Amino acid sequence: MDLFRSHVLVCAGTGCVSSDSAKILDRFEELLEKHELEKEVKVIKTGCFGLCEAGPIVIVYPEGAFYSHISVDDVDKITEEHLLKGRIVKDLLYKESVEEDKIRSIDEVGFYKKQQRVALRNCGLINPEVIEEYIAFDGYQALASVLTEMTPQEVIDIVKKSGLRGRGGGGFPTGLKWEFTAKAEGDQKYVACNADEGDPGAFMDRSVLEGDPHVIIESMAIAGYAVGADKGYVYIRAEYPIAVKRLQIAIDQAKEEGLLGKDIFGTGFNFDLEIRLGAGAFVCGEETALINSIEGKRGMPRPRPPFPAQKGIWDKPTLLNNVETYANIPQIILKGAEWFAGIGTEKSKGTKVFALGGKINNTGLLEIPMGTTLREVIYEIGGGIPEGKAFKAVQTGGPSGGCIPAEHIDTPIDYDNLIKLGSMMGSGGMIVMDEDNCMVDIARFFLDFTVEESCGKCTPCREGTKRMLDILEAITEGKGTLKDLESLETLAKTIKAASLCGLGQTAPNPVLSTLKYFRHEYEAHVNDKKCPAGVCQALLEYKVIPELCKKCGICAKKCPVDCISGEKGKEVYVIDTDTCIKCGACLPACPFKAIIKG
Amino acid sequence: MKSIAELQKIRKEALEKVNLRSDRKGTRIVVGMATCGISAGARPVMMALIEEVKKRNVEHVVVTQTGCIGACRLEPMIEVYKEGEEKVTYVDLTAEKARKIIVDHIVNGKVVDEYTIGAYEK
Amino acid sequence: MAKNVLTEENFQKLQKVIDENKGKRGALMPVLHEGQKIFGCLPIEVQKKISEELKISLSEIYGVVTFYSQFSIEPKGEYVIGVCLGTACYVKNAQPILDKISEIIDTKPGENSADGKFTLVATRCIGACGLAPVITVNEDVYGRLKVDDIPGIMEKY
Repeated sequence: MDLFRSHVLVCAGTGCVSSDSAKILDRFEELLEKHELEKEVKVIKTGCFGLCEAGPIVIVYPEGAFYSHISVDDVDKITEEHLLKGRIVKDLLYKESVEEDKIRSIDEVGFYKKQQRVALRNCGLINPEVIEEYIAFDGYQALASVLTEMTPQEVIDIVKKSGLRGRGGGGFPTGLKWEFTAKAEGDQKYVACNADEGDPGAFMDRSVLEGDPHVIIESMAIAGYAVGADKGYVYIRAEYPIAVKRLQIAIDQAKEEGLLGKDIFGTGFNFDLEIRLGAGAFVCGEETALINSIEGKRGMPRPRPPFPAQKGIWDKPTLLNNVETYANIPQIILKGAEWFAGIGTEKSKGTKVFALGGKINNTGLLEIPMGTTLREVIYEIGGGIPEGKAFKAVQTGGPSGGCIPAEHIDTPIDYDNLIKLGSMMGSGGMIVMDEDNCMVDIARFFLDFTVEESCGKCTPCREGTKRMLDILEAITEGKGTLKDLESLETLAKTIKAASLCGLGQTAPNPVLSTLKYFRHEYEAHVNDKKCPAGVCQALLEYKVIPELCKKCGICAKKCPVDCISGEKGKEVYVIDTDTCIKCGACLPACPFKAIIKG
Repeated sequence: MKSIAELQKIRKEALEKVNLRSDRKGTRIVVGMATCGISAGARPVMMALIEEVKKRNVEHVVVTQTGCIGACRLEPMIEVYKEGEEKVTYVDLTAEKARKIIVDHIVNGKVVDEYTIGAYEK
Repeated sequence: MAKNVLTEENFQKLQKVIDENKGKRGALMPVLHEGQKIFGCLPIEVQKKISEELKISLSEIYGVVTFYSQFSIEPKGEYVIGVCLGTACYVKNAQPILDKISEIIDTKPGENSADGKFTLVATRCIGACGLAPVITVNEDVYGRLKVDDIPGIMEKY
C-alpha cells in the first residue's frame, strides 16, 4: 500500500451528496494535482458520518480535523492552508454541538463503542459456511506461519508470554497447560475442545462456533503441532444443532483444502478433527467428565491428579481448552504475545466475551478488554436497567458463580477480582437483576440446577446440595429459621472443601454470595415471613387498598376461589387472605390499580 | 493445501468479495443467522431479501449469512455493505421491511432510516 | 402414540449406523445419538441390539442412556414443548409461563400428556437469552413471551 502523508475524507453519503460533496471531491483532486500533492495526500470518498445536518463534511487525517458546511470555495482554503502549510482552518471546523442525528451503523451505538473484538472478530462479518471468507480475513495464516517458521516450543512460549488464561472458567494459564501436555510422555496425544457450554445464560462459545467455526479448527491444529498431537476432538453440547452443523461443514471444507489431514502445507504435519456430541449433562463441562463422555461412558468426573495433560482421553496426554480460549490463539500468533499482553489488567490479559442478559436494556454478546468495570458494562454498553428500575445485583459465572451487589459495581472485571467478591469469571454469563428479583429465590434456583445436574458420584455434592436446597425451599415458603442460615453456611463450606470436581466445589457459591451481600433478604424471609421483592409466592399477600377501590367488583369475578367479597357499587372489596391462593389473577384485573401484593 | 502461496492466492481472491470498506465493489448484505437470529425470524427475512433481489434483477448484490452480530435483542438484523457507502445496520426486521430495504436502499440508493439501528435506539 | 417404532426398517437403519461407527473408539455415544434419531427414543430392545453389535455390556449402555438427559427410554409426544429455565429466562418470569402451559395441557413438567400429543420439559439454557423468556415447540422457537401469549401459541397445536 502506498503511504500518504494525509488522508482527506469527503463524505459521500446521501445527505452530503445532495449538498454538493461531489463537486468538493472534484475540486480537491483538481487542486492536489495543481500543487503536485497527489502522491502525498489521498482523497477518499466515505459514507455517511451521521451528521448530515452539518454537511458537506470533510475530515483531514492524521489531525482528524473535522470540517463542516464546506462549500467548493472552502476547498481552496483547506488545500492551501491545511494541506500545504499544515495549518488547520479553525473557522471552518465543526462547532461543538454534537447531536448525532443519524446513526446508521451498529459501530456507532454505545453498545459497540467500548468493545474490542478479538475472539469474536469474525462473528457477524463472514459467512461461516464459506472457508474462503475466513481465509480472506487472515484465516489459516497463523497455522501457516506456525508450521513453516516455528518450533513447537516457540509456539508454546508465545502463548505463555501472551498471558492468556483459560476462558472456560478456571482461568488456568493456557501456555502452561500446553507446556505440560507437550512434556508429558506418550506415544499418542490428543487435543480437545470443550464446547459443552452449560452455564445458563452463557452463549459465547455457541456464537463463535456458529459465526466463525474455522478459527477453532485452525487453533486446534496449532495446538496439536505445539503439543505433538495428531488428533483432536470437539465436544459440543447437543443443544446447539446449528453450531454442530456449521463446525461439521467447516471441518469438511478444511479437509478438502488440505488444512486438515496429512502433510499440511507440505510440512509433514498431520492433524485430524472429529466432533463428539454431549447429551444434556451439565457436569460434562468438567474436564475429566468430558473425557469420560468422549470415551462413551457416563460423564462422571475422575479424581485429579492425574490431570488430563498426563492421562486424558484413553489415558493419553490430552490438551483440553475451551472454545473462547482457542479463538484467541490465531490472533496471538499473528499479532504477537506483546500485543495481547498489552490488553487487559496485570494478571488477566486480553479480552473476555460476556453474554449480557436478564434485566438489562441491551441484551447481547459483547467482548471487552479485561479490567472494564461492571458499571461500564451495565450502564454504558448494556444501556442500564429497563423501566427505570433499580439495579440490584449482577450474577456472573453461572451456577458456579455468585451475585455481585451494587456497592461493588465499580470493580474492574478480571479473574482475581471476581473471585475476591465471592463470584468467578466462569464462562462469561452475566445476568443482571433488578429490585424485582428475590435473591433467596435466585440462590434456590441455582441450587435446584446443581441438585439436578450433580452426577451423584461423590457424597458431599450429591447429598449436600440436596440438603441446601431443602433449607432454601423452606425459607422461601416462610418455614425457615435463623439456625437454618447457619446450617446453610456450614453445609456450603463442607461441600466446597470435600467435593470431587468443580461442580460441587463451586455449587455453594450462589448461596454464599447472596448470604454475604443480601443477608437482610434472608432475614426478612425468616423473621418477618416476607419476600421484599414480592417473588416468593407463599409469602405474598394480596390486599385491596380501600381508598382506591371503586367497588366495581371486577376482581371478585376474576378470583378463581371466590375469596374476594364486597358488594358492587356499595361496599369496598376485601380479600380473604386465608382462602387466597395467591394466583395473582386479581392484580392486573383491577382497572384502578387498587390491589397490591407484598 | 500444499503451500502458503496457495493460501495467499485464495486469500487474495476472496478478499475482493468480502471487502467491507466503502471502496468495495458491489453490495454485500449479511444476515445474522445464529441461533438467536434464526429464532427471532431471520430465515424469512433472508428469503425475502433473496427473492426481492432476484425479482428486481439487481446485479452485484450478494445476500449471505453470518454468525451472531451481538445485539440479540435487535434481531433479526442485517448489515448492508454497499459500494461507496459506510455499513448500514438494519434491526428488528420482518420480511416486509426486508423487501422495502431492497427497493429503497439497494435499488434506489436511499437508506431506509426508520429501520436503522440509530432510529430504533431512539 | 401407539405407533410401533421397533420396525424392521428402523433396525436396518440402526445396523448401518453401527457398521459405520464400529471401528471408532468411543463409538457408543454417536450410535446412541443416531439411534435416538431413528427410533425417537432408546427402548431396551434397541439397547440390546447395540450391546450385541458393539460388544458393550447392556448394563453399561443402560447406565449411559439413563445418565444423559437427552436420551430417553420412553417415547416422547408428538410435540415436545421445551420451556427454557436458564437464568436469563428465569429472571424474566419463565416459571409462570411453564405453569400456564402445564395448566393448559394438563401435564406436569417432564411428562407426556394423557393423549400422548405433548411432552412438556423444562429445558436448560438454549442460548437464546436475548429473547428471554423463550419456549420451543419441536423446531419452533417463541421468544419475548408473556403469560398471556401462551394460550394463543398453544392453540396452534
